[in-house]
Amino acid sequence: MALPQKLVSEFDQLVKKYPDRKSGLIPALHRCQEELGGWISPQIMEDLAAYFGLEPVEVYGVASFYPMFRMRPVGKHFVSVCHNISCELRGATEILEHVCKVTGAKPYGTSADGQFTVWPVECQGACANAPMIDVDGVYHEDLTNAKVDALLGGLKK
Amino acid sequence: MKPFPTWLLDRTKNKDSHTLAAYEKAGGYQALATVLKKPMSPADVIQEMKVSELRGRGGAGFPSGMKWSFMPDPAKDPRPRYLAINADESEPGTCKDRVLMEQDPHGLIEGALIACYAIRAQAAYIYVRGEYRKSYDRCQAAIDEARKKGLVGKNVLGTDFSCEVHMHKGAGAYICGEETGLMESLEGKRGHPRPKPPFPAMFGLWGQPTTVNNVETIFNVPFIVTRGGAWHASIGTKGSKGNFLCGISGHVNRPGVYELPFGVTAREIVDEVAGGVWKNRKCKAWFPGGSSCSLVKGEDLDVVLDHDSLKTKGSSLGTAAMIIIDDHTSIARVMEIIARFYDHESCGQCSQCREGTQWLAQIFHRIATGHGLPGDVDALDALAKGMAPGKTICALSDAAAIPALSAVRLFRDELEECVRQKQDPIPYQRVEYAGAH
Ligand SMILES: Cc1cc2nc3c(=O)[nH]c(=O)nc-3n(C[C@H](O)[C@H](O)[C@H](O)COP(=O)(O)O)c2cc1C
Ligand code: SF4
Ligand code: FES
Repeated sequence: MALPQKLVSEFDQLVKKYPDRKSGLIPALHRCQEELGGWISPQIMEDLAAYFGLEPVEVYGVASFYPMFRMRPVGKHFVSVCHNISCELRGATEILEHVCKVTGAKPYGTSADGQFTVWPVECQGACANAPMIDVDGVYHEDLTNAKVDALLGGLKK
Repeated sequence: MKPFPTWLLDRTKNKDSHTLAAYEKAGGYQALATVLKKPMSPADVIQEMKVSELRGRGGAGFPSGMKWSFMPDPAKDPRPRYLAINADESEPGTCKDRVLMEQDPHGLIEGALIACYAIRAQAAYIYVRGEYRKSYDRCQAAIDEARKKGLVGKNVLGTDFSCEVHMHKGAGAYICGEETGLMESLEGKRGHPRPKPPFPAMFGLWGQPTTVNNVETIFNVPFIVTRGGAWHASIGTKGSKGNFLCGISGHVNRPGVYELPFGVTAREIVDEVAGGVWKNRKCKAWFPGGSSCSLVKGEDLDVVLDHDSLKTKGSSLGTAAMIIIDDHTSIARVMEIIARFYDHESCGQCSQCREGTQWLAQIFHRIATGHGLPGDVDALDALAKGMAPGKTICALSDAAAIPALSAVRLFRDELEECVRQKQDPIPYQRVEYAGAH
């Protein structure tokens, strides 16, 4: 399989930003994860390696270094729960428990229905509005259990 | 607290503050015009920066004008050169750059253009942590608007100065906030910090001369150009000039990001700006600037917030992200979380850091969960002393060791008590939020 033409054209523009093509690799990994199933599959790594003129293992080496890249399949919705200090001081433990209860997923796991993956993460830069979670790339801050209910309840099929 | 002049967050109060129209209405891009048309030479701009005594807002507080002057003379070294703007913002407690990028991105772009002019860089790369989507989108939109107006790209404002500004997305690794880790990451590699020397001014992005500055640092530049370095140097305390963005989080009534002048005391910030410690409790301990600096005791809130004063309390200003901890909170638990963070983020190149962060995390975890062993507190102290200062490629090892050492220094009795009782003497208090706020 090869990368969809749409992404190839995007990447052709992307690499022009840099004096060295390879600098486009991390932004390209982001786009693949967004467009091609929510995780970095071995196929994506092969395709990106071909595009950037690298070995697949080099792409793996880079992708696996960065916490935002998911190296295995995930649920339809990805919920990151900050559990660093400012959030913990304001109830991140309870928010994580509640998120798990509402979604049916365990931390670092996916719910049986495949709807949600729950991932504890380090500080997300929303400390003054703690506790916070990120759902599918959007921040939700100053959380309460009721807000979590409304937010995640609405996403359930 | 006495009234004081503000400028950093003023425009964020305007309607649609992130747009070019709003920015221009507020006098935006006048500083760039002043530089290019007055005209000021690159050396003039650097001189103004030196006079301003602005110090970097990324955590280390390095004098910005001096940093810019480290860039080699283009007559002797004609290589292409770059500005890298550090928007990785992942120091726990720190959430200030995000406010600037989301609410006032043109201020950053204008600062970037002036900085590039001063250091004769042909392009600026803004390295934004991947999670900051809104920051990325707002800055990208600002660049696009500025380009249409001839402010970014070839022949800026019709002069012979050309400059590109590019957004670049990181992918959530704290170590990519360290300046050489950032450069490796921008080059499409793992974010492994580089040994220094060579320093970025000689061997930076793609091996070329590079200056790395924090978002808030660059954001200050247009104000300094417009109002003059002397104006900036007239505000603040000795060695710490201007206003700074203070993020205050944790156990206060009104957490937030506030603009304050150097010279206010921590107590003024907690009590007057942030509405006091929550639930009518007392402050037990606090971090002045992110989790990488030493804890300070609650009774020492009268210290002035600036680079020098915090040293008298054994700590440092860091990113000016105050984290307030109330007297119902266990230090063992706080340190368990913080030590886990550094363990998670160590890149693993240096053994002191790779092993040290792991052990700190394990020992704090077992103390906090009632499984501490006799001698553990001494072990923490010895371990942390073996990790810092300056024993490793980058300062992450120090950043992990410093708070650990401060916890042992200030709260040894409490930690020892956890070990002796085989449980934390301060039971965890659930924070229930259902229906709160
Ligand atoms: C582990 C580590 C993480 C860092 N993270 C950041 C960061 O997220 N943002 C930042 O501006 N500086 C960060 N720094 C500091 C940078 O290395 C560098 O000093 C700074 O970006 C320089 O900009 P300034 O002179 O404008 O402050 C970090 C340093 C270390 C050691
Ligand atoms: S000190 Fe730690 S984070 Fe820094 S280079 Fe060494 S192992 Fe990596
Ligand atoms: S600690 Fe949770 S966002 Fe910073």
